[in-house]
Amino acid sequence: MNAAQGAQGGWQRAGARLAPALARLKPWADRLAPVRAPLLALLAAFVAGGLLIAAVGDDPIAVYGLLLGSALSWPDGIGYTLFYATPLIFTGLAVAVAFRAGLFNVGAEGQLYAGAFAAAWVGIAGGGLPAWLLLPLAGAAAVAAGGAWGALPGVLKARFGAHEVITTIMLNFIAVAIAGYLTAHRYQQPGDAILETRPIGAGAHLARLGALVPGLPARIPLNLAFPAALAACGLVYLLLWRTRWGYELRVTGANPDAAAYGGIAVGRQLVLGMAISGALAGMVGINEVLGYRYRYYDGFSAGYGFTGIAVALLGRNHPAGVALAALLLGALVRGGLFVGIFAEHVSRDLVLVLQGLAILFVAAQRLPRSAAA
Amino acid sequence: MSGQTASFLASSAVRMATPLLLAALGGLYSERSGVVNIALEGLMLAGAFTAATVTHFAHQPWLGLLAAAGAGAAVALVHATATIRFGADQVVSGAAINILFLGLPPLLSGALFASTSETPHLPRGELLPRAPVVLAALLVPFTWYVLERTRFGLRLRAAGENPEAVASAGLSVERIRTAAVMVSGALAALGGAYLAIGQASQFTRNMTAGRGFIALAALIFGKWRPFQTMFACLLFGLAEAVAIQVQGAAGVPVQFVQMIPYVLTLVVLAGFIGHARPPRSLGLPLEPRGGGR
Repeated sequence: MNAAQGAQGGWQRAGARLAPALARLKPWADRLAPVRAPLLALLAAFVAGGLLIAAVGDDPIAVYGLLLGSALSWPDGIGYTLFYATPLIFTGLAVAVAFRAGLFNVGAEGQLYAGAFAAAWVGIAGGGLPAWLLLPLAGAAAVAAGGAWGALPGVLKARFGAHEVITTIMLNFIAVAIAGYLTAHRYQQPGDAILETRPIGAGAHLARLGALVPGLPARIPLNLAFPAALAACGLVYLLLWRTRWGYELRVTGANPDAAAYGGIAVGRQLVLGMAISGALAGMVGINEVLGYRYRYYDGFSAGYGFTGIAVALLGRNHPAGVALAALLLGALVRGGLFVGIFAEHVSRDLVLVLQGLAILFVAAQRLPRSAAA
Repeated sequence: MSGQTASFLASSAVRMATPLLLAALGGLYSERSGVVNIALEGLMLAGAFTAATVTHFAHQPWLGLLAAAGAGAAVALVHATATIRFGADQVVSGAAINILFLGLPPLLSGALFASTSETPHLPRGELLPRAPVVLAALLVPFTWYVLERTRFGLRLRAAGENPEAVASAGLSVERIRTAAVMVSGALAALGGAYLAIGQASQFTRNMTAGRGFIALAALIFGKWRPFQTMFACLLFGLAEAVAIQVQGAAGVPVQFVQMIPYVLTLVVLAGFIGHARPPRSLGLPLEPRGGGR
């Protein structure tokens, strides 16, 4: 006991001597603090991924060079990186808003399918309408359908106490099944072997950025949904940090009991938070259906809803962080394609491995229990 | 429906239920001890790939099965370490493992067999089409016995219901939960192994196709109890068997049959058919300062 106290005293003395030096460093450390955990997690993921690359017989430096180099070339690399980042910004925002409300939305995948199908449905049904009417209608349909599909687990939680993680997982499968059924039985082109709808009307096509940005070829599917996604980041920031409603949502997320005590209708916040989250996920349909494929396509999402979890966590549930993390993961998706083609042993699945590792590392950065106690 | 169709459907339902049951029983150990395990999907994929690969090289399906269980326990140890030791959110860690094992098996398959979509076919003699079915059925009463009649089971349930009491009795909640999560991983991996070396004769990319989540649904539908979970798995297995049966038939919306497990689970969660009460401390880390969510 005495020895332990003595040791503690020694540490305290050493600490007292170190304190001024640390105090001078502190402003710098504070400025880096918000990005430290995600950067460390990414670094750890890349190191672990590098070991894996070496283990299967490729050169990690060469593979990573290929990964990032092919993602950052102009115009194709950057154009496609931004295109792949677009759905991830939407789903990352969706997961982040839900996290801020204290909810874990694992259902962005189902919500984006709901949004995409609704956009295609309006785009087909209103095929003859002029663009100034049809395009906003189809976009609004994506937002509304995603929002409704998100609100449902919110209601189930607020009304029945059903945990949103489980209900959103179930609703993912249900959304895909319903959209698949409607596609097959109502909107499929007769004779089409692929489970996809008829094309939407030309009035619902969202312009590609290639038509607006000099030097960017129109074959790259990057479209106006990308600037819309950046605008959504700004709107989410204003909503969460500059409005009373956003404040109430964040209080509910931080401490539901205190929120209820303070007169906030917690149940209503849960439903609204999930609805906003779902609406953001539904916007993936704007990029995918109105800006890229011009039809609904069964199984189009490459797990965007789940990658959104990684985006939100790496972006620390902040819109600016979400945008950065989505750009990074978009670059990995783009670069991964080239790794799959040109690396000898490693496939594009490396990107999934890096993603999984990064989430794991960022999640595990709460201090070990023994150190915290 | 003719008798022949009925018996075909029944045997098909049992086969479809087997991987679900193994994974759901795995989930049961973890969740009754208080650790959410949405990583069942990833654990099944790890088991499927390991079983197919080890059987391919060793020509011994039992060795493949054993290796799968070991791999599952090892992956589950990652989940346990991240959540129990490092305090990572249990759902986040589970989601990370699911994404990781969507990618890792195809990557290794590509490196080992030059195909990221499948491992080589195994000859008929190196498959185990029946043993895992029997094993899964035996594990139901066994799990009930372990949970209700053994000291380990009592401690495991206490860790899930009232971890503070376990800790104040001088037992390590961390150790009990870690053991439960590792059992969970081994069983879920056996479920995946059965898919690869029982039903099929190889590993194919994402071959679980959401079965880990259906197993999770069955666990909730079965209210975290072994026998009820088995009936839920049989029901969901029947839904899958019917879905396959009607696939070709005109006019039957196969998507609605596929939806049944998920809709039923939502109905149960909303409290329309009895109330599904999870273990009281499910998802809550044991906080030294009495925090939690």
